[in-house]
Amino acid sequence: MPRVTVVLPPPLLRLFPAAEPRVSVEAATVAAAIAALDVRWPGLRDRLCDSTPRIRRTVNVFVGGRKAGLETELGEGVEVVVLPAVIG
Amino acid sequence: MARRVLILVGTKKGAFILEGDAARRSWELRGPMCEAWPLNHVAADPATGTIYATGGNEWFGPAVWKSTDRGRSWTHSSEGLSYGEGETPIKAGWSLAPAGEVLYCGVEPAGLFRSEDGGLSWRHVAALREHPSRPQWQPGGGGLILHHIEAHPADPRKLWVGISTAGVFHSADGGASWEPRNRGTRCDYLPEEQRYPEVGQCVHSIALAPGTAERLYQQNHCGMYRSEDGGRQWESIENGLPSSFGFATAVHPRDPDTLFLLPLNGDSIGRYVPDGKAAVWRTRDAGRSWQALRDGLPQENVYFGVLRQAMAGDGLDPVGVYFGTSSGELYASADEGLSWRCLARHLPTITSVETLVVER
Repeated sequence: MPRVTVVLPPPLLRLFPAAEPRVSVEAATVAAAIAALDVRWPGLRDRLCDSTPRIRRTVNVFVGGRKAGLETELGEGVEVVVLPAVIG
Repeated sequence: MARRVLILVGTKKGAFILEGDAARRSWELRGPMCEAWPLNHVAADPATGTIYATGGNEWFGPAVWKSTDRGRSWTHSSEGLSYGEGETPIKAGWSLAPAGEVLYCGVEPAGLFRSEDGGLSWRHVAALREHPSRPQWQPGGGGLILHHIEAHPADPRKLWVGISTAGVFHSADGGASWEPRNRGTRCDYLPEEQRYPEVGQCVHSIALAPGTAERLYQQNHCGMYRSEDGGRQWESIENGLPSSFGFATAVHPRDPDTLFLLPLNGDSIGRYVPDGKAAVWRTRDAGRSWQALRDGLPQENVYFGVLRQAMAGDGLDPVGVYFGTSSGELYASADEGLSWRCLARHLPTITSVETLVVER
């Protein structure tokens, strides 16, 4: 199972004060990485994903610099960067 | 122990709380809370003192926020607040109502959820959206929203909800089955021969009169109404009002004949107070006659509106009445509407006003 680093943005961290800005998790896909975060900080998945299920239109997830979806596969050591989209 | 009054203010940019003394002379404002999320309703469970807030954030979706320390700290959850995979995701929470051991939340797109653990997790009240009329439900100006929930205090299984634009629906069995309750309320936006359909009415707010079996008041997009039988039949009570259009209603907490309204000039001419002069309109006889209450309210160049959940009374004697405006002002009366003063200015657009009386 690849070990990856998830980078969380400040607006999300304000909603989960116990969460850390850089989190190391074992996950083979973006969906699995978000599920691992949700175990640590319950409710976090609902902030990033809607019930379709998919990553919210207004949240961007980048893997190795490329925009990713829930099914995107993760390689060993990659960074998964979560960013709010620009609105307004 | 001293009584304190909390005015719970929902806005487009977070929750605010004004805390005042029992005389309602001295007030202190706290906020913004809930990370400045757009909120549609902030309301308390008077039995526990817990304060809830619901809305939807542009980035992070819908949630119900919860505070057990009068707004000093908050948690949030949307666990179970979903119609399921493949269905339209929920955009925002719109209305909250404690009913006995249950907390209800109405959402956009219109539907109802219930929580039995104080807002930590939610379960869909599926029968409402399974009603055969659902294909006819249409979004109004605020979206397809379930914006009002009334539970009967003597029997919390009796529920009324207001959906725009579908109308009023009633359940007598805690949400297991539903029927429309719109007879007598008109749709001016339909051809003349179709103006009284079973569903499709644009309800703006509903209020259950205290101490009655099933008296309801309804401000509708097209008229002001009263029902003596739980909404089976509605009668117009708009004669004497300056306009048939408005959003907010607040019922007196002890006198079922007394109701406060804030009529607006009309749906297509600005939706602000008539003639640019602010007034709360009050009936003492269940809508047979109305009086304008203006003392202390601005009477020149006033172009604010008051949204559907933005007026409330407190439980004190005399009753305090409060309303919040689209331009972020909060007005208060400590004498049942006879005189008013502005408690806060320059807040974000106010979407909801509720009260909580506590002992300290």
